[in-house]
Amino acid sequence: MNKLERDLINNLQGGFPICTHPFQVLADRLGYHEETIIDGVKKLISDGYVSRFGPLYNTERLGGAVTLAAIAVPLDRFDEVAEQVNAFDEVAHNYAREDALNMWFVILAEDEKNLQHVITRIENATGLRVLSFPKEREYFLELHLEVPDQ
Amino acid sequence: MISFLNQPELPELDEIDHALIRATQTGLPLTPSPYGDIALGLGLGPDEVEQRLQRLLDVGVIRRIGIIPNHYRLGYRANGMSVWDINDEAVDAMGEKIGKLNFVSHCYRRPRHLPDWPFNLFAMVHGTSRETVEAKVQDIRDLLGESVRNHRILYSNRILKKTGLRWRKSGEKKCCG
Repeated sequence: MNKLERDLINNLQGGFPICTHPFQVLADRLGYHEETIIDGVKKLISDGYVSRFGPLYNTERLGGAVTLAAIAVPLDRFDEVAEQVNAFDEVAHNYAREDALNMWFVILAEDEKNLQHVITRIENATGLRVLSFPKEREYFLELHLEVPDQ
Repeated sequence: MISFLNQPELPELDEIDHALIRATQTGLPLTPSPYGDIALGLGLGPDEVEQRLQRLLDVGVIRRIGIIPNHYRLGYRANGMSVWDINDEAVDAMGEKIGKLNFVSHCYRRPRHLPDWPFNLFAMVHGTSRETVEAKVQDIRDLLGESVRNHRILYSNRILKKTGLRWRKSGEKKCCG
């Protein structure tokens, strides 16, 4: 990764200006040409270092209901249960984790009532208990990811 | 501290806000005037798009605008969900401290499920290897001091599903991720 790409990743995880020519503002700030910045962001996306460029929306503030849920899945049923859980449109992310609670997924629903309904349906489909860990409080993150030295 | 993080009241969003969200949720155009281009596509004035996006940012509907990095591709191959059992009286102060660490990408207080699950604070830690994640978790441990009763790291070993942002119109379904 070159200096431009590192500069972009380290300086552009937030604070992209809202104005007529935001890339120009950024270019002036970082000491590049506008088109260099735009091409640099395009390349970061095409190389896969960046998954998206734009606003990061906060689901809860849009009025949806969200929870992090977990199941202790018997190992011999793991793939089957993953398929059952993933079949729900409301399940956004699902990760296998090394713990007794070995399947962790995010459920997004229209509202609280629908969220509870989805949890019940997942329990019925899998025959397993779903533990729900809704966010009670979020702590402000001051800093962002830095490109690792390697 | 940003006040919207824990406020329950939701901001009012009208149809134009919804259209703007749908038009930008997968990304901004990579052009010299991205907001102007969004405005053209929606038949709005460029000033209106900028004002509305600024408001969505101010009320916390938008967390931030910029690049969304791919941790794994950047070399952060180890992803540990560190979970902590912290005194209820101390948990918020500790959460604020953890949030200030630059290797933590999310930090939330969540309910315990006793007796099996005593942990009430979750902090996602990214590292280039499990050793670096463990060193960072030890940094958190040192920072938290006496208020911690127990902690654990849950490493992910497989992504089973990952869908992008989804947010639809029509009231039947409002979702994103």
